Amino acid sequence: MSLVARHLEENGVPTVVLGSARDVVEECGVARFVFTDFPLGNPCGKPWDTETQRSIVGTALELLERAWMPRTTVQTPFRWGSDEWRDAFMRVDDSNREALAREGEERRRLQAEAKKGNQPRNGKS
Amino acid sequence: MNQRRPYRSYVSYIDRSREYYAAQGYSQPYTWAYHEDAPFTPLKKALFDCRVGMVTTAGKMDTEVEKEGRRKTRELYAMAANPAPRRMFTADLFWDKVATHTDDVESFLPLNRLAEYAAGSRIKSVSPRFYGVPTDYSQGRTSLRDAPKILEWCREDGVEAMLLSAL
Repeated sequence: MSLVARHLEENGVPTVVLGSARDVVEECGVARFVFTDFPLGNPCGKPWDTETQRSIVGTALELLERAWMPRTTVQTPFRWGSDEWRDAFMRVDDSNREALAREGEERRRLQAEAKKGNQPRNGKS
Repeated sequence: MNQRRPYRSYVSYIDRSREYYAAQGYSQPYTWAYHEDAPFTPLKKALFDCRVGMVTTAGKMDTEVEKEGRRKTRELYAMAANPAPRRMFTADLFWDKVATHTDDVESFLPLNRLAEYAAGSRIKSVSPRFYGVPTDYSQGRTSLRDAPKILEWCREDGVEAMLLSAL
């Protein structure tokens, strides 16, 4: 997505990226970025929370007008509520290390089978 | 509230996914796009005079998805923005399926919210179509195939500024 934004900017179209994966967007390097520190999935506001959604879109519009240089990141003030998702997402620790290794093996086995049978396979995640 | 922490507060998805896939036995970590520079185009005219478009990483619901519950291909698409779609296909994308859900399309593709800003004359109009770039882990395909197509659609629809929302 950030690569598409960069291409539009290179060709004269101003852009704003809205997202929750701060490091991924900033490493890629975009002109304007509205960061909301939520779990991945709702970068434009919590489900059914129209006020927050309106505010986040409004911030993006304001950034179009006010940013004067690339890599301008604005963090919105919204909080998810609980912080449990931060550690839980893709967690690796002693409780699941063996299970993850097994999952990986199984996934590779299925992918190898699919390849043999010329079946389409899903993406990385 | 003033606090001190020995780590950064926001999740690093680059670190997290690298460790996760390593634990699954993948020896080659995914390499993320990195640039030292970033291009920048200033807004050329007042925002109230601009047509604004939206790009999403979500896929459209179609008969293949409805029937099979998955997509065989990750095709680019342009779709009518009014009325805004009530459902989008997100099951095959990378997001936190435990902590949240994507039942409200406005939470990741806020076309109705954008239309409200058009109704209030904050912007001139919403582009008649929005654009879908389902995440592709091939950066080459994204840069060489997807991005030029989005630019082409953007020009066809007279889009003067674009919001891009990544799930």
